[in-house]
Amino acid sequence: MDAPIRVLVAKVGLDGHDRGAKVVASALRDAGMEVVYSGLHKTPEMVVDMARDEDVEVLGLSLHSGAHMTLFPRVLKLLRDRGLEHVLLTGGGIMPREDTEELLRLGVGRLFGPGTTSQEFIAYIREEVGRRRSLRKD
Amino acid sequence: MTPRDPMDAALDADLAARRREFEEKLKHARVADENFLSVSGEPKPALCDPTDLEGFDVLRDLGWPGEFPYTRGIHPTMYRGKRWTMRQFSGFGSARDTNQRYKFLLAHGQTGLSVAFDMPTLMGYDSDHERSEGEVGYCGVAISSLEDMETLFDGIRLDRVSTSMTINGPAAVIFAYYLATAQKQGVGLEVLQGTIQNDILKEYIAQKEYIFPPYPSLRLITDLMAFCLDEVPKWNTISISGYHIREAGSTAVQELAFTLADGFAYIEAAMKAGLSVDDFAPRLSYFFNSHMDFFEEIAKFRAARRIWAKRMRDHYGAKDPRSWLLRFHTQTAGCSLTAQQPENNIVRTALEALAAVLGGTQSLHTNSMDETLALPTEKAVKIALRTQQIIAHETGVADTIDPLAGSWFVENLTNRMEREAEEYFRRIEELGGVVPAIEVGFFQREIARAAYRCQQDFDAGRRVTVGVNQYVESEDTGPGIETLKISGQVGLEQNRRLEALRRRRDPDRVRRSLEDLRNAARGKDNLMPRLLECAHAYATLGETIDVLREEFGEYREAPVF
Repeated sequence: MDAPIRVLVAKVGLDGHDRGAKVVASALRDAGMEVVYSGLHKTPEMVVDMARDEDVEVLGLSLHSGAHMTLFPRVLKLLRDRGLEHVLLTGGGIMPREDTEELLRLGVGRLFGPGTTSQEFIAYIREEVGRRRSLRKD
Repeated sequence: MTPRDPMDAALDADLAARRREFEEKLKHARVADENFLSVSGEPKPALCDPTDLEGFDVLRDLGWPGEFPYTRGIHPTMYRGKRWTMRQFSGFGSARDTNQRYKFLLAHGQTGLSVAFDMPTLMGYDSDHERSEGEVGYCGVAISSLEDMETLFDGIRLDRVSTSMTINGPAAVIFAYYLATAQKQGVGLEVLQGTIQNDILKEYIAQKEYIFPPYPSLRLITDLMAFCLDEVPKWNTISISGYHIREAGSTAVQELAFTLADGFAYIEAAMKAGLSVDDFAPRLSYFFNSHMDFFEEIAKFRAARRIWAKRMRDHYGAKDPRSWLLRFHTQTAGCSLTAQQPENNIVRTALEALAAVLGGTQSLHTNSMDETLALPTEKAVKIALRTQQIIAHETGVADTIDPLAGSWFVENLTNRMEREAEEYFRRIEELGGVVPAIEVGFFQREIARAAYRCQQDFDAGRRVTVGVNQYVESEDTGPGIETLKISGQVGLEQNRRLEALRRRRDPDRVRRSLEDLRNAARGKDNLMPRLLECAHAYATLGETIDVLREEFGEYREAPVF
């Protein structure tokens, strides 16, 4: 059997809206994943350090502050700088579609908005992690 | 309570028997395979009759409008005497950008201003602090000093508007900027009208934009209350807020109970600080959410008034009837809006606004249809404001006071919400009060559980959201509407302005004012006069908060889910 997927659900920046992050963390845990929640008001550096220390395959950022175009690219760059490019960077929150498309082009994974079911993001994470795991085995 | 007429009892018994017969007949009737739960997950009765209101006493439980226990509303004439204030929460970009939006809203008939601050301001950081990068002007307006506040109200006389400011952690500092702006406009503090949210307890519970630990935060609040008693007597010193508790995922009863529990905690803190209840209680007001479950919301507002009135009179010994009144602002539920088919949000907001009016709100913010995507455009804000105007002028719902009173269902629901809130008060009391309950994560866990339950219902299709999990349009993954863009320039310009301000101001006056603040923070003197001097010296928000951070420490929450 495959090892359980380890996920860090994180809040970066000053935004205190943690409903989405906590709901997602609970749903991923109930789907059998090992979930770490960062708590609030983390910097990109803190979050990437946690991702490394916790040895996660998925980093999910929750952002409702409008700072996504600054914070996602910064976290992505830090992951690459520290040799953690195998970590899937995904997330959700309040983000206009043109922004999420732009972030996708930069190499961020899928970003989910309001109205997403748990099944959708669980399926996405399983599929994407499965793909990445098989690439690493090759 | 009036003694029951034996005839009534006989009638009731007959009615109860008839009700059983009726239900018997329907035992095999076909009903839809749904669970008929409210938005909060509460089961609902299919039908109510007088047997659902056993012991109900019109005079005791409802009274008259403007009279104890105010279930029917706080004014004897309600909306015939004065309509609710239409107050759209708004702020984005620089102080100059927001100033333009305010002038636009005032020109379109809005009757009060409501300031949204950006994240750095809410957390007490200057726009040029490293933690502010990428956040300046996004969620609200950036205010880093008195200079920004002066720009925000440029051309708007502060004696002619009432202003609501949604700020909590650094509320006392931002309020000092507002007072200083009035003084610079030549407006006396005694005529200023408005509200500062200043509700730190719900920050620890739900909104999570706190700076200092709870007890120093409560001291800042009681200092502000005491200062206003003498200097700014018309100002509402705390807007005790359930809105954010609900948005964080609570049920309607939790919103009601946790918010009122916070209110009781402020009353107790102020009394402990030596203030007399009838001096400050009339200046407290409330802020509730209006969600999609129409009757549940109306019952919540009615129950809130009754609980508060009873507590204030019977428990805290308030003698002045103005202390018994629960006045409240309402905002429609942001979390009920959908990113899919966003125009549908206009309808959702209209129904939520209608519930707020039927519940007797004193002021109202209607959300714009595009708020699940970004800050609202002018067009979206205008439709939201027009929604209130249509309710006020076309529907006639405001002409008759508390029109749902006496509905067996609504009265039953009002009673039930009061009872369930009282149960929460007992549990909070057992934990030692609101602050200890926060410290053990009680509220946070209750809310997170309710939020997760709500998501599970949605995932399982038990909760229908039109356009999202039913009536979905293919390929509808996002908006077909314009959204407001905040330029990254805002941060850069703000940094330049701050740099210029730091060069221009009198450094000795800044240093002295901050030193005085530090000394006062170490002792017991009221901090407001010191903060006002820091404002006039053009000490920045970050500099001022840093002094208090050093003296009071910072709050950290244990991350649980």
